[in-house]
Amino acid sequence: MAKLAIFFALTLSFLPFLSHSFSPDTPTDRRILVLLDDFSLKSSHSIFFTSLKSRGFDLEFKLADDPKLALQRYGQYLYDGLVLFAPSVERFGGALDVAAVLDFVDSGHDLIVAADTTASDLIKSVATECGVDFDEEPSAMVIDHQNYAVSDVDGDHTLIAADELINSDVILGKTKIEAPVLFKGIAHSLNAANTLALKVLSASPSAYSAHPTAKLSSPPSLTGSAISLVSVVQARNNARIMISGSLDLFSNRYMKSSVQKAGSPSKYEKSGNEQFVTELSKWLFHERGHLKAGNLRHVKVGETNEPAMYRIKDDLEFYVDIYEWSGNSWEPYVADDVQVQFYMMSPYVLKTLSTDKKGLYHTSFKVPDVYGVFQFKVEYQKLGYTSLSLSKQIPVRPFRHNEYERFITTAFPYYGASFTTMAGFFIFSVVYLYNK
Amino acid sequence: MASPESAVNGPTMTAGAASKSLRNAFGGVIAFIILVLIGVLAFSIRLFSVIKYESVIHEFDPYFNYRVTQFLSKNGIYDFWNWFDDRTWYPLGRVIGGTVYPGLTLTAGTIWKVVNSLNIPLSVETVCVFTAPIFSAFASWAAYLLTKEVKGPGAGLTAAALLAMVPSYISRSVAGSYDNEAVAIFALVFTFYLYIKTLNTGSLFYATLNALAYFYMVCSWGGYTFIINLIPMHVLLCIVTGRYSSRLYIAYAPLVVLGTLLASLVPVVGFNAVLTSEHFASFLFLILVDRQCHLSSSYYLLVQVFIIIHVVALAYYIKGILSPKMFKVAVTLVVSVGLAVCCAVIAILIAVVASSPTKGWSGRSLTLLDPTYASKYIPIIASVSEHQPPTWPSYFMDINVLAFLVPAGIIACFMPLTDSSSFVILYIVTSVYFSGVMVRLMLVLAPAACILSGIALSEAFNVLTRSIKFQLPGIAGNPSIAEENGSSTVVAPNDIPKTEEAAKEKPAKKNRKKEKENVEKKPTPSKTEKRLLVLPLEASVIAVLLLVLLGAFYVVHCVWAAAEAYSAPSIVLTSHSNDGGLHVFDDFREAYSWLSHNTDVDDKVASWWDYGYQTTAMANRTVLVDNNTWNNTHIATVGTAMSSPEKQAWEIFHSLDVKYVLVVFGGVVGYPSDDINKFLWMVRIGGGVFPHIKEPDYLVSFSNLRMLTSQTYLFACLYPKRDGQYRIDAQATPTMLNCLMYKLSYFRFVETDGKGFDRVRRTEIGKKHFKLTHFEEVFTTHHWMVRIYKLKPQRNRIRGKTKKSKSSRSVSSKRDVRGKRNPWH
Repeated sequence: MAKLAIFFALTLSFLPFLSHSFSPDTPTDRRILVLLDDFSLKSSHSIFFTSLKSRGFDLEFKLADDPKLALQRYGQYLYDGLVLFAPSVERFGGALDVAAVLDFVDSGHDLIVAADTTASDLIKSVATECGVDFDEEPSAMVIDHQNYAVSDVDGDHTLIAADELINSDVILGKTKIEAPVLFKGIAHSLNAANTLALKVLSASPSAYSAHPTAKLSSPPSLTGSAISLVSVVQARNNARIMISGSLDLFSNRYMKSSVQKAGSPSKYEKSGNEQFVTELSKWLFHERGHLKAGNLRHVKVGETNEPAMYRIKDDLEFYVDIYEWSGNSWEPYVADDVQVQFYMMSPYVLKTLSTDKKGLYHTSFKVPDVYGVFQFKVEYQKLGYTSLSLSKQIPVRPFRHNEYERFITTAFPYYGASFTTMAGFFIFSVVYLYNK
Repeated sequence: MASPESAVNGPTMTAGAASKSLRNAFGGVIAFIILVLIGVLAFSIRLFSVIKYESVIHEFDPYFNYRVTQFLSKNGIYDFWNWFDDRTWYPLGRVIGGTVYPGLTLTAGTIWKVVNSLNIPLSVETVCVFTAPIFSAFASWAAYLLTKEVKGPGAGLTAAALLAMVPSYISRSVAGSYDNEAVAIFALVFTFYLYIKTLNTGSLFYATLNALAYFYMVCSWGGYTFIINLIPMHVLLCIVTGRYSSRLYIAYAPLVVLGTLLASLVPVVGFNAVLTSEHFASFLFLILVDRQCHLSSSYYLLVQVFIIIHVVALAYYIKGILSPKMFKVAVTLVVSVGLAVCCAVIAILIAVVASSPTKGWSGRSLTLLDPTYASKYIPIIASVSEHQPPTWPSYFMDINVLAFLVPAGIIACFMPLTDSSSFVILYIVTSVYFSGVMVRLMLVLAPAACILSGIALSEAFNVLTRSIKFQLPGIAGNPSIAEENGSSTVVAPNDIPKTEEAAKEKPAKKNRKKEKENVEKKPTPSKTEKRLLVLPLEASVIAVLLLVLLGAFYVVHCVWAAAEAYSAPSIVLTSHSNDGGLHVFDDFREAYSWLSHNTDVDDKVASWWDYGYQTTAMANRTVLVDNNTWNNTHIATVGTAMSSPEKQAWEIFHSLDVKYVLVVFGGVVGYPSDDINKFLWMVRIGGGVFPHIKEPDYLVSFSNLRMLTSQTYLFACLYPKRDGQYRIDAQATPTMLNCLMYKLSYFRFVETDGKGFDRVRRTEIGKKHFKLTHFEEVFTTHHWMVRIYKLKPQRNRIRGKTKKSKSSRSVSSKRDVRGKRNPWH
């Protein structure tokens, strides 16, 4: 009995925990593990952490080499998100390694990686696995002699005032980030073939990546707009990853400091860092840009039940529901660019769906004059949104033997001919048999 | 008027002395009993497969027929007719109702329905398994009827007995071999019988029956074109040799009109009857038959002969009513008009043919004329061993002693040459030619060979026993002893003149063609001459003994062939171990049942087309390609995927929604018809459509040709030497060692014996240790004969460029591994 009571108590205490975990119904993350090099970061980056906490996240701070580190227990992940603010860590403590981090991502969880000049191979290889290549030169930094942030001392131009942001309301929020974002750190690049990664904050054409004090012996490998300062990756399972070349970007000091871009007369009281980081983290932890589609259905015009098979040239209606997660509830997603394909090796019909603004998308079309096994396919990939990929198989059959037209006008001469022949034969027989 | 008809249960004699009629009645009863026994023999010799293995459907195509029959028995005939199958040829689907010959299915479905309505609860499978043996009994009886019409009941009984156990026919009609040919051979022989019967009697009743039998044949098998070419040829032969009679007209004209009308009712034939090209062939080479699929050539031959027979009929009619002088004028008129019409038809045909790109020839008909055509241009036809020319031993295997008796039978048919015996001669001549082109057409030869051998044997016994009878006066006139030598021989001589008389009766009644009758009366003097022909007693006795010995040899061979060679169902294999034990390889069904239990209903399984029918029937999973090879491009796509490196293959399969890939691999147990042995055909068929697949990339050049034979695929023999050698050992080309088929076949193979020795190719494989990146092994059967792989999902992330440190490490480790195993690379 006592055991039972303990069991109940345990379950009850776990219940809120369980219900807060990430699920398809409430895609926003709840429990976040923050790994630090040093607990001093906790206070030096407190604005960022506080903004997360104020939005309802449970943050758990641990040292990156904590020997008891574990992301999962008994096959269940303990966290929904992981923040790696430990650029210099050479080895994680406990059961955590690169593979464990990647498995965490591959099972649909989110990740923030921040590096700086001290970035270790470990951090770099995590980034590489996600499709982001940090500059391999040790201690190279992004240098920009034109777009640096003006400061009291004329430094080495490594503190960059970056304002080349990605043009996406979903990722960076609706309010435009006016002030430049302060950045000091290392460069990374994206593979052009990588369709999953996006440059959120890229360097200006005059930037390059090199050691700030040493003399350049050879041309820098990364230059200009190829340099990405902050990138995001949305994996195929919609796990989101942010990779930043600068840890300082998240720091209180940068967020609070005023900024003036070199050569620009306008001086901002506050840098864009806070807004940038907050908005990006909202996207990252699925508070924004998360779509849900389902209830794919189709009926023949005039019928209510979904058929198991269509006939060629049938008229059909197609419906699908698409909702967007607003952070705490599912709202109807409104867009005019959702399309459905009627697909058999290639799309035979491609129709844009119209929405009733309540989440229901609808269209109607005629089945093509081709039989085979078709699919209704909704492939919706829009910048910043989770990608939707739905399909439903439906065979299309040819006419039945009795569905063809029975009499064709153009064939009347033939009908006439056969009936005349029959009549002629009958008369001939009568004449031949009885006329002797 | 004496009735010329004879029922199945033997000859009925209405005239003659009482003792003679008693003897004939006795002969009739014996013949009836013998026929029943022949039926039992035909049925039971085909049961070896059930006894030695089990009551299962065999091979590939029968599984499809079985599935169709199940559908028919479940959904009824209209749904069957309109069946659109979405579980095969994904994503194209197949309109089954319009692309199958429904005869077999409808037959078995009807049997099942009748049996079940009699409260005999047989399963559809049981009915399907035993359909072929039942119909081979029918075929034997039809052979009896046909031969009886030609040469009397003695020859008929012999032919029926021979047909009941001819190995060639057994190979296609053992219990479980539920294929079109099972019923089609019966339909073929029966149609010929009715034609001959009509020809002998001139009865419209038989002509109509003939059209119906032809309709059944059209429903059953594409080989119906053989009938519709052979009969016009025979008619033409009769006309040319001056044997035209009204009986010929009655035998031919209703068949053309009714038969063509009925044939076009079968959905799979439909308007093909009159639309398809290939008429050029039929026009110039009247014997050209494309019995694979089209009626076309036959149609033109049919129509031309139809016109000719009408012209001839008209000529005879006019001759009858005009004076000889007037007739000459009329003849010139008719001939000139006929020539003009013919010239016009030829001109039109040439114009039509010249306008079509292939000059009116289809691949299969060209294959019939030029056996090397397919191997040169159409790999998909050439890849099937059934379509290869047979080797000489296969004649001995399939028709055995009949091969030697046939020439004697032909000679016997010339003495005397009647309308019906000329038909049999024509039948054997054409079928010998076609069997020489394609192995599977041996099946058409078998009944002809049996009929002619039956005639030969019967005639020989006839002569020999008569010699004995004449020289042993004590025995003469005593039928019971002669019957021991062969009951047939007693009845034979009495019946031949009878049928001939009967045949003559009708034209005689008409009183029109005196000269024709003279031709037909010729046999009678030859008969009397024959009676004088008496061989020495000892020679006769020895000859009879030798013939009996020959027959015994034939029986022994047939039973051996039925028991050992042709009864394997090919889905279950057996082998005998050294200590005499029996080892059963049931891997195919193991794999299919794994698929049906462990995969989703709508999952798509890719495999080479051979296994398509079995996968849909046994595993109930959707397949990309199957044994109905109607879409070459789709097969080429699968072939290309199998011969591509893993990544490209994954992309091809992924684009076709494939979830699982099934390969058959015989390297562990030495099963030769596996996918590696078929692989070059995949390359060739794939390369035929997608030119980036090049056959020489898979071959090691400049080496001796090694013969790798397999049951289904003839490998090396059609294989030009310049292309080099196909091998999978260490000297194989990198393309070969990296293609998907190699990898899926030999993945983890080295774990079986430690060195990767392939027991089919008798060599160690070239690349032993490798990993699969886009596929994962999900199931391998007990003897490794079937291996099933699953496509891995697309990677969740796209990796960046590999880091220097990491890549160098991995490369060096790989190099280590490879260096150890393959010193040549």
